[in-house]
Amino acid sequence: MIKNYLKVALKVLQRRKFFTFISLFGISLTLLVLMVASAIVDHVLAPHSPETRSDRTLGIYQLVMKGEQNTQSTEPGYGFLDRYVRPLAAVPGVERVSILSTSQTAVSYLGGRKIESQLRRTDGEFWRILDFEFLEGGPFTVEAERNARSIAVINETTRQRFFGGRPAVGRTIEVDGQRFRVVGVVRDVPLLRFSSSADVWVPISSSKSSNYKEQWMNGFIALILARDRADLPAIKAEFQARLREAERHLPDPKTFQTLHAGADTLFEGAIRQFNPGDTSEIQTGKVRAVLFLLMLLFMLLPTLNLVNINLSRILDRASEIGVRKAFGASSRTLVGQFVVENLVLTLLGAVAGLILAGLVLEALNASGLLPYARLALNYRIFGYGLAMALFFGVLSGVYPAWRMSKLHPVQALRGRSV
Amino acid sequence: MIRLEQVSKQYRTERIETTALDNINLDVEKGEFISIMGPSGCGKSTLLNLMGLLDEPTKGRVAIGEKRIDRYGDRELAKVRNESIGFIFQQFHLVSDLSVVDNVEIPLLYRRMSNKERRKAALAALDRVGLSSRIHHFPTQLSGGQQQRVAIARAIVGNPRILLADEPTGNLDSQMGDEIMGILEGLNDEEGVTVVMVTHDPRLAERTDRIVRLFDGRQVQ
Repeated sequence: MIKNYLKVALKVLQRRKFFTFISLFGISLTLLVLMVASAIVDHVLAPHSPETRSDRTLGIYQLVMKGEQNTQSTEPGYGFLDRYVRPLAAVPGVERVSILSTSQTAVSYLGGRKIESQLRRTDGEFWRILDFEFLEGGPFTVEAERNARSIAVINETTRQRFFGGRPAVGRTIEVDGQRFRVVGVVRDVPLLRFSSSADVWVPISSSKSSNYKEQWMNGFIALILARDRADLPAIKAEFQARLREAERHLPDPKTFQTLHAGADTLFEGAIRQFNPGDTSEIQTGKVRAVLFLLMLLFMLLPTLNLVNINLSRILDRASEIGVRKAFGASSRTLVGQFVVENLVLTLLGAVAGLILAGLVLEALNASGLLPYARLALNYRIFGYGLAMALFFGVLSGVYPAWRMSKLHPVQALRGRSV
Repeated sequence: MIRLEQVSKQYRTERIETTALDNINLDVEKGEFISIMGPSGCGKSTLLNLMGLLDEPTKGRVAIGEKRIDRYGDRELAKVRNESIGFIFQQFHLVSDLSVVDNVEIPLLYRRMSNKERRKAALAALDRVGLSSRIHHFPTQLSGGQQQRVAIARAIVGNPRILLADEPTGNLDSQMGDEIMGILEGLNDEEGVTVVMVTHDPRLAERTDRIVRLFDGRQVQ
């Protein structure tokens, strides 16, 4: 029976080529956008190397100081993080705490050629929280950072730029007028990896100035690795307690009286960007629900288009519906048939969408628009795509199918015939 | 085999009520071949649709064999149509997207049987109407007579006890019409199939066991 349905489905698609094209175009374009968007979100937020432990890592990405007249909102400064966040390492449930700078553009000159790199200053714990893939050498240690050694870990692109791809460990690079000895080379980290990406990583203590040590605002973030995901709420609460304590020692209490920040997962941190002053817990469930709703609305467009096209095809199919009813098809069987036909159409659209999405992601990777991006269609995203396609197929098929199946056989047989 | 008791059919629109059939009483015996005649619009096709359970009477009762179908729902009616009744239409109503053999298989899709059994039965039905050489053609590649023979194969593939033919030769020339009539007579004579045929052609009607004449929705003979 299914074979017969499939034959009819494919023939029906061939019969009205323009409508088929419009339907397939709608489905595949929608899926293409969703797949590319989900691949990017997955790339940024899912636990990929080196952020393989992101599911049990919290970050302090923003700090807001508020006064009656003024509000200042930037990344926290080293002084604040060192005094109030680093001690969290002693709290039960916390495995490690790391402080690192945001990445900054640094300039080098090589044979008269200007090279721009992203430079990040980190402590030694950074390398133990994140899971970099080393191609050569290794990371710098806590002691090396403490001793302000001029050493660096670079990525493979920097190795290519400075050393033509030859082994780099033990050799020296000059960045922003400082010389560093290369101790390790890691695989390129996508720029969208907010807490880890850079071209060159050097110890914080190698900074030319030590002013950063006193600053409460600007230029740094902290990562807190929990022993277990279940420890995250307690760590968040402890951070808020430390924040209240910090409020009592504000550097400029006349201008600013309160501090606002959150210890956030990557997803929560991304949401907090939109409202940095909000110190309440980020309601990720609500945000997910809103995103899901938006996705549904987006998918509804081609679905409504399909419903419309299918309804307009009822007259086309009247004779066939009449014949099938006359020869023993019940309304339910006919609904099944038309839903199968619609699923064939949507699955074809899904395949086209998947292929297009693969090509677009490949092009994005090659374009350099998202540096070091390794966007790919993984099985999870493929599963989402397939589920979406099935959702389309059923949703856009059931109502027209029900309308078709309710056609009175006598009226149907008065429709078009061969 | 088919019993109609005091059957009436009215069609209502917002303004008018039209009586298509008025108090029809008719018994068709098992193995009988009857023809229904009358001028256009007299209710012949409506009568055939009621016998084929494609429509419901406004008043009265229709029985197929021993089955009282008054209270049957959509699924039960579909089952009776599938197992007991074969339809032949003036306009053939073949599914243009399907090949000849796939068209013939349609009634068997709604039965529990394997693809192999279904294909075997469809080929046998096509052989019965002399179209074994055209099984992979599509309807539009066939002449009118050939299309009607495919339609007959489709009607008989499930071995129904009743064949309802609505002007089966209406779109064919007289020679083709005779051929089709010959096939129907063969099915009636050799296999005992009960045939009810609507026709305008008195020559063909004369060849049946009995003629039922309608005029303005009433049975006049």
